Amino acid sequence: MSVATATPVRVSLGSRVWSLVSSRETGIFLALALVVIATTIKNPEFLFSSDGWRDLLLTPSIVAVVAIGQAVVIITRSVDLSVGSIVGLSAYLVGTLFVAFPGFPVPLMFGVGIAFGALLGLVNGALIAFGKVPAMVITLGTLYAFRGINVAWTGSNRINASDMPDDFLNLGTQQILSIPVLTIIALVILIVVAWYMANTRGGREFYAIGSDPDAAELYGLAKTKRVLIAFVASGAASGLGGVLFAARYGTINSQVGDGFELQAIGAAVIGGVAIVGGSGTVLGAVFGAYLLLTINRCLPILGIPDFWQRAVTGALIIGAIILDRVLANRQAKRLVAERDAA
Amino acid sequence: MTSLTAATPAPTRTYADHGRPAWRRLLLTREMAIIFLLIVVLAVASVVVPKFATPVTMGYLLFDITPLLFIALAMAPVMITGDIDLSVGSMVGLSSVTVGLCSQAGLGIPVAMLVALLVGAVGGAVNGLLITRIGLPALAVTIGTLALYRGIAVGLLGTTAITTFDKWWTTLIKSKIGTTGVPTVMILFVVLLAAFTIMLHFTPFGRGVFAIGLSKDAAVFSGVNAERTRLILFVLSGLMAALAGIYYALYYTSARGDNATGMELQVIAAVVLGGVSVFGGRGALHGVIAGVLLIGVLSKALQLVNITSDVVSIITGVLLVLSVMAGSVMNWVQSRRVRPAPASTPTKTS
Amino acid sequence: MERFNANGGPVQSNDATPVLELKGVSKSFGAVIALRTADLALYANSIHAVVGENGAGKSTLVKIMAGLYQRDAGTFTLDGKPVDFRTTAEAKAAGIAVIYQEPTLFPDLSVTENVFMGRQPTGRFGRIDKAAMRAEVIGLMERLGVRIDPDRPAEGLSIADQQIIEIAKAISLDARVLIMDEPTAALSGVEVDRLFAVARSLRDEGRALMFISHRFDEVFALCDTVTVMRDGTYISTDAIVDTSVPEIVRRMVGRDVNELFPKQVAAVGRPLLEVTNLSQPGVFHDISFTVCAGEIVALAGLVGAGRSEVARAIFGVDPYASGTVTVDGKRLAGRSPSIAMKAGVALVPEDRRKQGLVVDATVSSNITDAIRDTLTRLGLVTVRRENSEAQVWASKLEVKTAALDSVVGTLSGGNQQKVVLAKWLAANPKVLIIDEPTRGIDVGTKSEVHRMMSELAGIGLAILMISSELPEVLGMADRVLVMREGHLTATIDRAEATAENVMFAATHASEEVA
Repeated sequence: MSVATATPVRVSLGSRVWSLVSSRETGIFLALALVVIATTIKNPEFLFSSDGWRDLLLTPSIVAVVAIGQAVVIITRSVDLSVGSIVGLSAYLVGTLFVAFPGFPVPLMFGVGIAFGALLGLVNGALIAFGKVPAMVITLGTLYAFRGINVAWTGSNRINASDMPDDFLNLGTQQILSIPVLTIIALVILIVVAWYMANTRGGREFYAIGSDPDAAELYGLAKTKRVLIAFVASGAASGLGGVLFAARYGTINSQVGDGFELQAIGAAVIGGVAIVGGSGTVLGAVFGAYLLLTINRCLPILGIPDFWQRAVTGALIIGAIILDRVLANRQAKRLVAERDAA
Repeated sequence: MTSLTAATPAPTRTYADHGRPAWRRLLLTREMAIIFLLIVVLAVASVVVPKFATPVTMGYLLFDITPLLFIALAMAPVMITGDIDLSVGSMVGLSSVTVGLCSQAGLGIPVAMLVALLVGAVGGAVNGLLITRIGLPALAVTIGTLALYRGIAVGLLGTTAITTFDKWWTTLIKSKIGTTGVPTVMILFVVLLAAFTIMLHFTPFGRGVFAIGLSKDAAVFSGVNAERTRLILFVLSGLMAALAGIYYALYYTSARGDNATGMELQVIAAVVLGGVSVFGGRGALHGVIAGVLLIGVLSKALQLVNITSDVVSIITGVLLVLSVMAGSVMNWVQSRRVRPAPASTPTKTS
Repeated sequence: MERFNANGGPVQSNDATPVLELKGVSKSFGAVIALRTADLALYANSIHAVVGENGAGKSTLVKIMAGLYQRDAGTFTLDGKPVDFRTTAEAKAAGIAVIYQEPTLFPDLSVTENVFMGRQPTGRFGRIDKAAMRAEVIGLMERLGVRIDPDRPAEGLSIADQQIIEIAKAISLDARVLIMDEPTAALSGVEVDRLFAVARSLRDEGRALMFISHRFDEVFALCDTVTVMRDGTYISTDAIVDTSVPEIVRRMVGRDVNELFPKQVAAVGRPLLEVTNLSQPGVFHDISFTVCAGEIVALAGLVGAGRSEVARAIFGVDPYASGTVTVDGKRLAGRSPSIAMKAGVALVPEDRRKQGLVVDATVSSNITDAIRDTLTRLGLVTVRRENSEAQVWASKLEVKTAALDSVVGTLSGGNQQKVVLAKWLAANPKVLIIDEPTRGIDVGTKSEVHRMMSELAGIGLAILMISSELPEVLGMADRVLVMREGHLTATIDRAEATAENVMFAATHASEEVA
């Protein structure tokens, strides 16, 4: 059997550009741009005031970081419901340490938050990977347990901004080249994780495990190790989120992070990460987080009372998954038609 | 049944109905384990906690967990088919807001209740249609409707709360049966429990629910209408959440947009504790009720000894983890019994 | 003594060291003995067939070679040196590749990623060299003579293409031993030819191939040597030229099997199933036929011809755009399994474990799945009622099970098929559609199933049988309908039907068929 036309060895520039332009990530980005433009037209202060640009980039960066970790977990066909509780515990740890040791070096504090989150994520990961139990139930359990520990630890205290060192709090609003420091941190994490997921064996294994877990086992892929790493990464990302929260807001009570898990999952889903795993990117999840949180801030300016925020979020999530289904159906039809024609 | 029965050969073997003795079948189940745990905790609490085993305390306990009980009845079949409904807590909020608004508009409580139930049915139908007709995953859809329904509830009322309701109804909801301390709403609950039990465990429809959870394809090939069944279950889930919302508004005399935030997770935790598998295909209502009661008893008992709710959270979380780990450990033990440890040392050549 | 393989080429003599050898290997799972004692020797430059009934131990043998299981006893050597694989990765690294009947690819990932998953070529910092990966896959595809876009997702590929990708994987691993487990079950004639051409070229390169199949014609066309196994025990190894199909079957079964397909003559009654102009764009077109009481009508054709789709459409599971289905004179009012069932149609589907049975449910529950509505009193049904009904039907079909509440997944393939049949017979159907009645079943139970079908026709059922096994088609059918690519190309009476004219109709358009 001869091959009629040889397949080109190099991917053409044209097809590369097309796949970039038609990707989900680009779509979300455009939607975000549209919303920002519409809002700015209504109220130029939104973007052009001294805080406007800063807040646009800054406010969603915390959820964006958590969404990065959540996306990795969802890609492996799992879910982490405990991220909000981990953010809360981490933020409170940061606050408590700063109150006890005012001279604590700030970079080290970042490390502490990340390590603490990673440890909590390890608890999740070990139970799920070795116990072979459903992730939803385990992380539901740790959502409760970690939040309970947080509340018990906090007691009736609350950490106030005045208790925290200035140079730490300044990070929360500082900018480098007009980009907030916290956003830069989120960006760095995004670049590292995105590169890893797209370009290393380990990263591709996450996708394989989510795409077909049984095939992954049959293949001999180190499924247990990867699932463990995914939850450690999610915990670490949430831990970092807690540090970022403390730097941004300074006031920490026992409810910090409440509801973050749904925001992170929503962000990932909107950003194109399939809830069943195997596809989507962390970049999409970050764009999704930005879209989700920015829309909430834009609504009042666009004339919709902000009481309707949650409803808009819900509609967005539902719209995103319907879109996913429509696109997937079209692709499946196209692939089968190609196969029959060949 | 006539022609084939006559024409095919006469039966030659008899089979045992059951492969294991009755006591093993009936006692070594997840449901009995949780019921046993519940009894133990009740016993300990009655002894250790002052005033625990009194009708007054029991009454308050039941009042507290009534919404969970209602919702769990419908959540169990949904999860047995392998689906999940995360929007129930938000529906409780939306339903209580509806009751508040209708009552405020002077429509009278019975009408308000009907409207709220209608809202619940519609909400459940939206979930069900998105999941069965369009084929979207239940987890993602109900995360979306969780936000959507809560958003509508908050959007309608804002930060205000409606707190005046027809006194006749609020008194009824808070009343008890005679001197027993048992809330009058328990009558309604018992009736609903009977209905759900019959539906789930004693009708072809209920068998279909389990079949869908175990193998959707095979169920369809046996004539089960999987789409219709799942849609019905989601509508029921919406209805029961709406019922819980009506109760919530009238019992706490407060209709607020953020009523029952987080309740969905409590219900799921109770249902899983009660033996329903997240993967679908197994579970029973007596275990589920025991699961809800267990969480309720723990909360109340600890509250009475002035231990704060965060400890309850921790205990709930640990219990949840332990319950699925226990199942996993049991499976592991069983598989070791069937398969001896592999030995690779060659003994003799044949 | 010079030996020759099926193509006339010389067979490797036994003096050379086998590439892979198993001697006296045994494996048990608790009380179940999967392998009593198995011997196998695979030589370079040869294709070795392994045949045996279901339960003979072939797939356990394959899993031991693949590193999924560890043997309990016996020796396992590669090039004469003993090996012990604890993981599939170790077996792969040693050069053993397995092509399973159902390929396991990652649907969301591209063809290229699938070929190289876990072994992607890397550069600095562990960065995957995508260009090199892609180029190599293109080279492999050219070599195998196929056109598959390396960037497309694996989702939606035909099974034949998926298998080619599995073979590409094996070659890129430089596998020295290639094991193919029932690879042709889902392939059409053209695809089988392509697979065989690839297999032969791999053999000629010096690799050792193993071929497991139930299709003796393929075994005899492709392979050089054949090993027979029975009940987990090694029976014999011969050069293909030295043996014959009846001999092989006798050794597989351990007894002479005559009357494999005993179809009685039955009185033909009124039409019970009339299908008229049934069409579903892209799947099947203008299908019309009739099955009368007492008839067994076979629907033959290659995999992918659309036969199962027609069956499922009649039963109401799959959609159809136009046409009618009439059962015993009454048109079916709608398209759903429950409507078909009420009219008296039963469908024993192709995929027993996923469609025919609820594998994790009990025997009793499965047997009563189709008749539960009739078992209710006041709308309620109890396990007791189910058990008493199941009792009757399980024993009529002689299902071997410990108890009625045994989980059906623990039964053997043959007994599982009996449970499916029991379920549908209990529903007292007028029309029985049975898709691949004896796939994956041992020869003994096969015979029972055929006998049962014949008896059912005898008492007046109309039976539509879909089968890819020509001997079964020719032996059982009163009439053979042949489909090709969604069209009915021929209707052949029993008296005129031969393997040749059925095959011809299955592979040529209807205008070309006489």
